[in-house]
Amino acid sequence: MSWALELLKAIGLTLVIFTFLAVVTAMIGVYAERKIAGWIQARLGPKHVGPQGLLQTIADTVKLLQKEHITPRRADVLMFNAAPVVVAVAALLDWVVIPFGTLGSRVLVVRDINIGVLYFSAMASITVLGILTAGWSSNNKYALLGGLRSAAQLISYELPLALGIIWAAMVAGTLSTVGIVEAQIQQGGWFLFTLPPPIGRLGAPFGILAAVTFLVAATAEVNRVPFDLPEAESELVAGYFVEYTGMRFALFQLGEYGEMFGMAALAVIMFLGGWAEPHLAPYLWVAVALGAVVLAAVILLTARHSLIIRPVLILAVLTAAVSLLMSVGIHLPSIVWFLLKLFTLVFFLMWVRWTYPRLRLDQLLNLSWKVLLPLGLLNLLATGLILTLGGR
Amino acid sequence: MGELGVFIILALVTLIPAVVVVTSHNIVRAALSLVPSFLGVTGLYILLQAEFVAGIQVLIYVGAITVLLLFVIMLTEGGTGVRLRQVNEQVPLGAMAAVWLAFVIIVILTRTVWPIGAGSPPPYNAVAIGNAFMTDYVLIFEATSLVLLVSLIGAIVTARGEE
Amino acid sequence: MQVGLMHYLVLSALLFCTGLYGVVTRRNAVAILMGIELMLNAANINLVAFNRYVTPTAVGGQVFALVIITLAACEAAVGLALVLAAYRSLETTQVDEINIMKW
Repeated sequence: MSWALELLKAIGLTLVIFTFLAVVTAMIGVYAERKIAGWIQARLGPKHVGPQGLLQTIADTVKLLQKEHITPRRADVLMFNAAPVVVAVAALLDWVVIPFGTLGSRVLVVRDINIGVLYFSAMASITVLGILTAGWSSNNKYALLGGLRSAAQLISYELPLALGIIWAAMVAGTLSTVGIVEAQIQQGGWFLFTLPPPIGRLGAPFGILAAVTFLVAATAEVNRVPFDLPEAESELVAGYFVEYTGMRFALFQLGEYGEMFGMAALAVIMFLGGWAEPHLAPYLWVAVALGAVVLAAVILLTARHSLIIRPVLILAVLTAAVSLLMSVGIHLPSIVWFLLKLFTLVFFLMWVRWTYPRLRLDQLLNLSWKVLLPLGLLNLLATGLILTLGGR
Repeated sequence: MGELGVFIILALVTLIPAVVVVTSHNIVRAALSLVPSFLGVTGLYILLQAEFVAGIQVLIYVGAITVLLLFVIMLTEGGTGVRLRQVNEQVPLGAMAAVWLAFVIIVILTRTVWPIGAGSPPPYNAVAIGNAFMTDYVLIFEATSLVLLVSLIGAIVTARGEE
Repeated sequence: MQVGLMHYLVLSALLFCTGLYGVVTRRNAVAILMGIELMLNAANINLVAFNRYVTPTAVGGQVFALVIITLAACEAAVGLALVLAAYRSLETTQVDEINIMKW
């Protein structure tokens, strides 16, 4: 009967992951996005609901839950209801292979599949089906056009995404996510800046190029600005989910946010060392803390009236606190390091969202096929060559 | 016991949507029924301890080929709703031929004595397949990549139309 | 009862014949291609099952299955491009209406 126990464990872990995603990514992520968007745009963001607007997402969720479920008259009801479920479930299934850290000697991962990153990119390619079904079954020209455009964009950007993943798997020598992090721990540096010895820091350009390819493709995979033409309100009346109301619309958003966090988590694992803490000597940590304090002071003195100082101040204070703790010798648990890196990368993605204008569809596809794909392939070739010459 | 139960569930998940694919009047629904069929085949691969093939099956069959089929359905006349007649006049003959062929194949397969080999599969599937592609099967690897290139160019040229 | 080679062979035979029925009886060209994909999947199941049960230590069957998946993708791409091109000039995708050699 051990299979019954395994089944129960799997169901329990799935519920844990779902709760983590629903609370952390949906609630905190949406709140953080609206606040950061506000500060970048010289306004304040949500402030009224709860202290500093912290309960805003809960209010929004309650509002969406009590809205009426409208189905268009001649829509295909089965497909119309199944599409948001497909998108949300595919985004949640991504998280099965993401390791959060170590607890003693156990790695905190739902299941360390030995084809981990291949499974991740396979789940990311299932969302295309949900979007296409949503666009088709809404019985609406704009939804169909938005669905077709979005599907074209998503399948075009799957290739640079897979090339970034293959780069990291090639350098690490394994397809498993835990294996990639352990390869980085073993070589003593992140794949973003160092390749395995004897190449060392000379491999930094390849790592940075692979990370940029992956992050641009990841932004396009989740339909975020600057690649959100298929779902932009001013272009196609919200594209493929124009006919969805209430909780089904919220499921699409949950899928999109969950997948964005999932892509960021995979980028942390592949390029930023996962749950490993950076190895610096204590005096270097003190130097980092001092640098953060100096930066915060300079910004406070020069740009006091601008709202952009708020996220920068928060980041500087956080860096100073973490560096002081590390310099004293208190080691933060690995899950804290993973979450810190994850939220820094997500902050970076949100910052990009509110900085760049939206790309037109042909510019978007040109970027994927004519820029990212050749760059990704050349990067793979060059890195393979260097690894072989370096004696791997 | 558990393995047989999983096999039966996966077999049903593979075969019942396959029947829907070949008999449904709504062609979009038929194309979407391919997805659970392919996912059932993925589960069977995992049961056969071929994880790399399972991952590639999801990535390519579900993520690419089904999307391609849906695109073409939505861009041609199949997408304008349910047609009057989706099957041609060969239905009774085709059904008889399919049943007869299934019967013949199953009889032949169950009456042959297959040499069941001993041993266990390699622990890390992807490494073994990668090595095999680069040493024993390098010719078919190169030939397949050439076929991919030619078919990609051919599909683009064919579907582009006259300029 | 253990799951043996015979289970997989019977399953793939049934899947193959389902695909065959689809190819023979459907009028829409895209539906015929869907039947072909089912047949290729059945052949793949056969290959991987034989690999697992007859030569477990070698990976030849899985290599062959991967090549078939790749070639199925190529063939679907070219076939669907042909359907699109035919639809553009003949305005139909029902294969029994395409019965004259000129248009």
